[in-house]
Amino acid sequence: MSFMRKPKIAHPGLKKNALGLTRRDYEGVMSTLCAGCGHDSITAAIIQCCFELSVEPHRVAKVSGIGCSSKTPAYFLGQSHGFNSVHGRMPAVATGANAANGELDFIGVSGDGDSLSIGLGQFCHAMRRNLNMLYIIENNGVYGLTKGQFSASADVGTKAKKGEVNEQPPIDPVLTALAMGSTFVARSFSGDKAQLVPLIKAGLKHKGFALIDVLSPCVTFNDHEDSTKSYAYTRQHYHPALETDFIQPAGEIMADYDAGAALEIDLHDGSRVVLRKTAPDYDPQNRGLAFAYIKDKLREGEFLTGLLYVDEDGRDMHQLSNTVNQPLSSLGWEAVCPGSQALPGILDRYR
Amino acid sequence: MPEPQVTQRVNDFVIKLANVNGTGSASANSLLMKSIFRMGVPVVGKNFFPSNIQGLPTWYEIRLSREGHIARSGRVDIMVAMNAETYRQDLAEVSPGGVLIYDSTWPRSHELQREDVTIFGIPLARMCNEQFNGVRARILMKNIAYAGALAALLDIDLEIIKELLSETFAGKPKLAAANMEAIHLGYDYAQEHFDCPLPMRVERMDKTRGHIMIDGNTASALGCLYAGATIGAWYPITPSTSLMDAFRSLCEEHRTDEETGRNRYCVIQAEDELAAIGMVLGASWMGARAFTPTSGPGISLMSEFIGYGYYAEIPAVIFDVQRVGPSTGMPTRTQQCDIVSAAYCSHGDTRHPILFPADPAECFELSVAAFDLAERLQTPVFVLSDLDIGMNDWMCPAFQWDDDYRWDRGKVLGREELEQVDHFWRYFDQDGDGIPYRTLPGVDPKGAYFTRGSGHNAQGKYTEDSDEYREVMDRLTRKFETAAELVPGPVIIEKNRGDMAILSVGSCDGAVREALEILSREGISLDYLRVRAFPFSSRVQEFLDRHDRIFVIEQNRDAQLRTLLISETRTNPEKLLSVLHYDGLPIGSDCIVQAIREALAEGAAA
Repeated sequence: MSFMRKPKIAHPGLKKNALGLTRRDYEGVMSTLCAGCGHDSITAAIIQCCFELSVEPHRVAKVSGIGCSSKTPAYFLGQSHGFNSVHGRMPAVATGANAANGELDFIGVSGDGDSLSIGLGQFCHAMRRNLNMLYIIENNGVYGLTKGQFSASADVGTKAKKGEVNEQPPIDPVLTALAMGSTFVARSFSGDKAQLVPLIKAGLKHKGFALIDVLSPCVTFNDHEDSTKSYAYTRQHYHPALETDFIQPAGEIMADYDAGAALEIDLHDGSRVVLRKTAPDYDPQNRGLAFAYIKDKLREGEFLTGLLYVDEDGRDMHQLSNTVNQPLSSLGWEAVCPGSQALPGILDRYR
Repeated sequence: MPEPQVTQRVNDFVIKLANVNGTGSASANSLLMKSIFRMGVPVVGKNFFPSNIQGLPTWYEIRLSREGHIARSGRVDIMVAMNAETYRQDLAEVSPGGVLIYDSTWPRSHELQREDVTIFGIPLARMCNEQFNGVRARILMKNIAYAGALAALLDIDLEIIKELLSETFAGKPKLAAANMEAIHLGYDYAQEHFDCPLPMRVERMDKTRGHIMIDGNTASALGCLYAGATIGAWYPITPSTSLMDAFRSLCEEHRTDEETGRNRYCVIQAEDELAAIGMVLGASWMGARAFTPTSGPGISLMSEFIGYGYYAEIPAVIFDVQRVGPSTGMPTRTQQCDIVSAAYCSHGDTRHPILFPADPAECFELSVAAFDLAERLQTPVFVLSDLDIGMNDWMCPAFQWDDDYRWDRGKVLGREELEQVDHFWRYFDQDGDGIPYRTLPGVDPKGAYFTRGSGHNAQGKYTEDSDEYREVMDRLTRKFETAAELVPGPVIIEKNRGDMAILSVGSCDGAVREALEILSREGISLDYLRVRAFPFSSRVQEFLDRHDRIFVIEQNRDAQLRTLLISETRTNPEKLLSVLHYDGLPIGSDCIVQAIREALAEGAAA
């Protein structure tokens, strides 16, 4: 970790976004993670996305659980409220906060221990409710803060730093998300910013639960030869099924794409996701086929990446709960208290 | 053998109805109770039911008390024994001079014999089988028929019964008529075969005007509605479930936007209690009023997040409708067994304000107070009722609402206030009362901070520095001292200003008040204090100081209220004498009277 205080100096020539903010305005405090940690690249990608999308920092709520990954919301968007909750329980906090004010953008950061072991139940139920949030799992297959135990995403046969071999099958967050009804399911790699940035943008704009499982090697405990979550292994077995581009409503094209082979999906705010298939028989709008294809590839030892499944028509928690448009947290006294004149009518039932 | 004589008792007796659960006896029992209530006679109902859906014994106890006593008295004057399985124990429970009614469709059991109890057989099943078609109807109507027989025996007004049935079955006149037929089956049979009415009977009074019969969970839900709570997150658990059911149905009626048909509330059924409290904290952090109803096992599961709420200083309202523990315990029986676990819930040094309602009227009042306190103090607040208050129907004065009341949202800095300060420090004690200022997400970038359960300093930044850690912890202690001044004070009855007193809590109140009257008639005078909140206010300390011998009456085995008094006040523990009741049934006045008599006799002998 670094002991340096981040200097708050902005070069006058720094690029500004539509709000007149620079990239620096989207940063948080200095990261205390190990040098070379994949998580820091994800933090940088989130900062880039929010800057480029001209997100108002205070209109974002950052939520996390416990673990290395869950520390990272302190390292981005220092002008946003954050909630570093208890282990595995971030989805509950996000659910309550979103129920109170769904107008904000919710960015949740979790890890494989936080989401796939202690918090597996809450992770599943947030998807079942189609909570409108971006949910990033920074997945390294290992418990970092407690120094190197296997997590539930560790592959069979993977070897711990001290030599122990994992014999239990992994829980795959992408397959879990598909099974639980998540309406946006993606996988990426912390070392591939070109893929990660448009995915995060699309996930933020998706109305509903957007899962991005980001393979993010742990340089300290899980970056050795016998690990299947090391930088080297991930780069070798990483297989983009779909190249993903994100297009803002303004029409700014983030990347070139071959329009002929592309699948365009409109998001609710008018932005668009463009998917270009590299695997010809892959269908990102068919939950069952996507599940089978990803599973087959996993069996072959390959991680399919990209936006693997998307459904823009799912109803989110607020629609399912039929709540009013105005955030419940901002309703005034008259809108919530029926007053003395309603009381006799209520009490008549009890006479 | 002489015929047993039925005791003369007008408007002062107890009817107990022994049934098999799942047979629909609840509607017959509540019909009976409401009829008596509408005759102007004070009445209270207690349901002793199993944790089961169908087939186990269940009892309902109705006490008529012209004096307005609301606790159990320890006697049973009329037993309606509809469950052959429990004949023996039901008969044994009847007080001398009482009555037992049983279904004589089947031969009288040899068990049903007692010299000092009058036994009436009514062929309820046979009559209903002849009159009604279908198994379900026959079973249900059998219960309504015994209500009819009791109407004749006790002189309950048939017109009132008819009126109640037509209200219950509004829009279903056929059902109302069928029920009335069943009433007449029992009524006519009793008129024909017995000397009606009995010396034990109901006479019209005028003591229920301006009153309602309501359960505490409904009253708490009404408090949540009126307090402006918009988010309720919960996981179903007996005996708290009916609180959220009531909140939802009240909201459907009073929080549906007339133009859009959309909801100004959100009820979330969580995957477990761990999630339910997390949702409440998330919603409160965002600025909504949020609550969760639960019971003991739920509190155990929530404890990690409750400690988080304490340390990160987030409002939350937690209704703990206590049931019998430990562990799963007896889920449908009552106790006051979460006092200590609520007060210090969660690991580390944590203390939480608790409000203790004594009846549904206080459930309404204190649930509104709980939201104000939670937001004023920025901390989780417990409302500790119990199954007896929560699920039984109590007679209370009709609730009032003051339209001048406004909610207290506490110290929240908005955009304009933030503009006027140089910087925002989340955990800084600006005012010296231990309560810092908070900001809500989405309002202004200047108010942003990172809420965390890990060590933090007055600025809200992460810390592992000893002094910074202690600064925050010591301020939390000051905040708790402030809480003692803000919570509702105790109720004190100090007619005698003697040296002996009773100190009690919650649903013991009715039994204590009746016991005080009984003991006073015997020349034993005691002062009385009922705590309504933790932390204890200075008035509790002063009361303890004024008395030499204080009976602490509570419904648990381990004297939890006494433990809390010893650790949180400056009182000599030897002054505090426990009277404990923990069999799962609501405490009766008889138990208190007896314990105090015995204690005083021992004291006199010593």
